[in-house]
Amino acid sequence: MLLNTISNALSTLSEPWWKVFYDFSSLTRGIDEGLRSSMSEFWAVTVEMLIIGVVFLLFYAVIGLFLVIAERKVCAFIQNRLGPNRIGPFGLFQTVADLVKLLFKELIPIKNADSFLFNLAPYIVIIVNFMVLAALPYGKGLHAIDFNIGIFYVIAVSSMSVIGVLLAGWSSNSKYSLIGAMRSGAQIVSYELSIGLAIITVVILAGSMQLSEIVEAQRTGWFIFKGHVPAFIAFVIYVISGTAETNRGPFDMAEAESELTAGYHTEYSGIKFAFFYLAEYINMFIVAAVASTLFLGGWMPFHVGNWESFNRIMDFIPPFFWFFGKTFFVIYLIMLFKWTFPRLRIDQLLTLEWKYLLPINLVNVLVMAFLVLMGWHF
Amino acid sequence: MNSIIQYFKEIIQGVGSLLKGMQVTNRYFFSPGKIVTQKYPENRKDLKMFERFKGEVVMPHNEKNEHKCTGCGICEINCPNGTIEVISKSIVTEDGKKKRVIDKHIYRLGMCTFCALCVKTCPSNALAFSQEFEHAVFNRALLIKTLNKPGSQLMKGVE
Repeated sequence: MLLNTISNALSTLSEPWWKVFYDFSSLTRGIDEGLRSSMSEFWAVTVEMLIIGVVFLLFYAVIGLFLVIAERKVCAFIQNRLGPNRIGPFGLFQTVADLVKLLFKELIPIKNADSFLFNLAPYIVIIVNFMVLAALPYGKGLHAIDFNIGIFYVIAVSSMSVIGVLLAGWSSNSKYSLIGAMRSGAQIVSYELSIGLAIITVVILAGSMQLSEIVEAQRTGWFIFKGHVPAFIAFVIYVISGTAETNRGPFDMAEAESELTAGYHTEYSGIKFAFFYLAEYINMFIVAAVASTLFLGGWMPFHVGNWESFNRIMDFIPPFFWFFGKTFFVIYLIMLFKWTFPRLRIDQLLTLEWKYLLPINLVNVLVMAFLVLMGWHF
Repeated sequence: MNSIIQYFKEIIQGVGSLLKGMQVTNRYFFSPGKIVTQKYPENRKDLKMFERFKGEVVMPHNEKNEHKCTGCGICEINCPNGTIEVISKSIVTEDGKKKRVIDKHIYRLGMCTFCALCVKTCPSNALAFSQEFEHAVFNRALLIKTLNKPGSQLMKGVE
């Protein structure tokens, strides 16, 4: 019956089916109307929520597994290696095999661990990821919830993942985990400031916190070009502090392999470890997706002033692919950080934040406000 | 004032050096050049190991089935874990002198740590490392090897 509704919705579309990729809103409206006509409002909403939940679950798994293999391949090419190349063509199914292995592995109970919190921690991290993923605009009309304070919601919710990390560290009754979690907490709390201020810079320029409006405001040019120097500085600061927020790259003292074995998830095994591992990569995806939405125009194609034919060609690429292209560009940047720079010490990390990023950021916000006030942006 | 200039100078220098590092890794990502990974089972036909690779200890023989081992036993003395055992015999040469020559040079591959002390200390350079590395066998006894080939003799001019 559900399939019938969807196919009905597809057939009632006036345009050919591939037009869906350019604008998803007619498809979603069609499904909505079909469901509402065949059942009561309560069940229609429930079924819609179920569909969205399943779609996000699949999306989560696919993106997570893809990013793990992508990371391993990027690192391999940087180091003149081939990377995983045994399972499937070019080793593309390596992470699927890893996931199957982790699913079958034993979940080792830890002696004297707080088992409730121990089991709760991975779910908090995962739930936070889902809550953020729901608020991102993936394409035209492909947007689960469009809050009017979208970007504020994203930073508010994403900073909750530190609770999961701290719980994991505290409850596993291990000094490695505890030290890793504390470091992670210190890091996230201090870099949250930079991320917030970098986002405020964009919010000033866009004049709105609603993600769909921020994307819409970039129709005439991406913010990184529109806001020129301050927007570019904000972008650099956002990417640096986003890398720190996800406990990755040169800022991965929370799980410094050489000193803390694996940090806060030392004691986790099997699928619970896989949850943390996937959540780390999805966090990276979220940081990159927010960066591409705020600075690189989200799903907006690349447009140049009044080059009509050029703009038409750019419009031909579906917005969906624009979004993922930009996101993977930022992800590549973040991966490049990890495989280029040596790990920072905790004092160097805090020096970078409090002595450099924060003051520059504060001045940057002021400059951006001045530019917007004078109308000096494009 | 000086410290302010210093502050911005540090930032610019730091960003510059970070960008330089990223340039290098970025270049390697897009043009890795020579890939060092060997796809082993597929390329075992044309896999060439390196000169310095220590596969196993061998005793090179020339085309007349002659080796350079005099049977002095220095390799046996130097071996830290008793991998090598030199069994010698004495023969009578044409001019009526008694001479000690090697009977069997036994090498236990299963015990070898590849420390290369035997190869380094051999006074007549009779031992060497081969690049062979596929040592897996089903019977442990097959790992005990006799390095001198049957019927081989000491090379002329080596004492």
